[in-house]
Amino acid sequence: MAQQTINTISANELLAYALRLKNTNHRMVAISCTTVENGIEMSYSFDGGNDFINLRFIAGPEDEIESISSIYPYSFLYENEIKELFGVNITGITPDYKDKLYKISVKTPFNMKEGDK
Amino acid sequence: MGKETVIPFGPQHPVLPEPIHLDLVLEDETVVEAIPSIGYIHRGLEKLVEKKDFQQYTYVAERICGICSFMHGMGYCMSVESIMGVQIPERAEFLRTIWAELSRLHSHMLWLGLLADALGFESLFMHSWRLREQILDIFEETTSGRVIFSVCDIGGVRKDIDSETLKKINSILDGFEQEVSEITKVFLNDSSVILRTQGLGVLSQQAAFDLGAVGPMARASGIDIDMRKSGYAAYGRLKMEPILETAGDCYARTSVRIKEVFQSLDLIRQCIALIPEGEIKVKVMGNPKGEYFTRLEQPRGEVLYYVKANGTKFLDRVRVRTPTFANIPALLETLKGCQLADVPVLILTIDPCISCTER
Repeated sequence: MAQQTINTISANELLAYALRLKNTNHRMVAISCTTVENGIEMSYSFDGGNDFINLRFIAGPEDEIESISSIYPYSFLYENEIKELFGVNITGITPDYKDKLYKISVKTPFNMKEGDK
Repeated sequence: MGKETVIPFGPQHPVLPEPIHLDLVLEDETVVEAIPSIGYIHRGLEKLVEKKDFQQYTYVAERICGICSFMHGMGYCMSVESIMGVQIPERAEFLRTIWAELSRLHSHMLWLGLLADALGFESLFMHSWRLREQILDIFEETTSGRVIFSVCDIGGVRKDIDSETLKKINSILDGFEQEVSEITKVFLNDSSVILRTQGLGVLSQQAAFDLGAVGPMARASGIDIDMRKSGYAAYGRLKMEPILETAGDCYARTSVRIKEVFQSLDLIRQCIALIPEGEIKVKVMGNPKGEYFTRLEQPRGEVLYYVKANGTKFLDRVRVRTPTFANIPALLETLKGCQLADVPVLILTIDPCISCTER
């Protein structure tokens, strides 16, 4: 099993880290989110064969997170999903489906506050 | 250049077994862009972790999908076991591997039938599904279930398979192999199948890597990626090499899955020969605390489970990234340039499982 590591970074370091991983032939495996007290905990997972690296930061409600689709083109699907289900403000997604990927009646169902419908 | 037309494809379509919708942008009969939308069967199963405790969630995980049901349960259990530092008995590892490979067999046979049906080859479709029944019968005999087995549990498995039944499985698989050999010759050599699949939906090795393809979709393009090589469950004790093709077209994807049917038979036989005697489950005490990423090889490719636990009986998060989700970007790319009439077959060759994808 590849060694798992979680590297805590800040949101504005994301692109630089992603580019570094791309240059070392790491495959992006998934982007995951967890709702935490002060926002959404983002985990970007990359597989390098012998290692499994996760970039971790918390996206606050007002934060803008830059898309990594310029580096990993297929991240657009994960980012569109996160935007729609968690309401994370990810900018520069190519293509951006503008909340039309999921046909759901509830807005950001994984990030609802008490009383939201 | 012809006039652009947008054709809605799905969610209901005679060839699609599951509801995915694509807006196909066409120039004459040629697809220039495909825009997906999903959510028709989004059930919020990840969200349900807030209401079910970590033991109960095993049953929820199994219900993510009716085809990979066992492997979803297994992946979830492995994640919780890793967080809790639980080492399951060796016999349970082998039993999990046997059921996992039987699941791959039935999934690939189901897919072969669907492909034959999409090609209008009804007798081939019926033969594929007739043979799949033999695998479902083995599930019924060993787990009492044909779709949802509920045999995987945190700490091991709930049911054992005795040596007489293992011998019987071996002999059923011998007959199965003979019959499968006959029908797979048709899939690989019949001129009408070849005409409909060769050269269609070509995904180069570089494109497959750049678009994050996984499973048979990636291996058919020559990418050596198979999570079983990481040695989880009993795979570390078995001899196997990933099945690779290089053409990257629909025919290559068919060929990979057919060869994987025989590979699964071999892996099950190795398990039956090597399975040790002993316990099938260890007692798990307390609640999990920590987080873990588990990756397995499902019939459709690599699946990721992320589990985060806080020390109570309720987990903070369960996240599942399914192989179909990972293969959608590659599918959208391969659709570009194909003819409208080829779209159903091309979509089928990624073996889409929308139930998994939407969770």
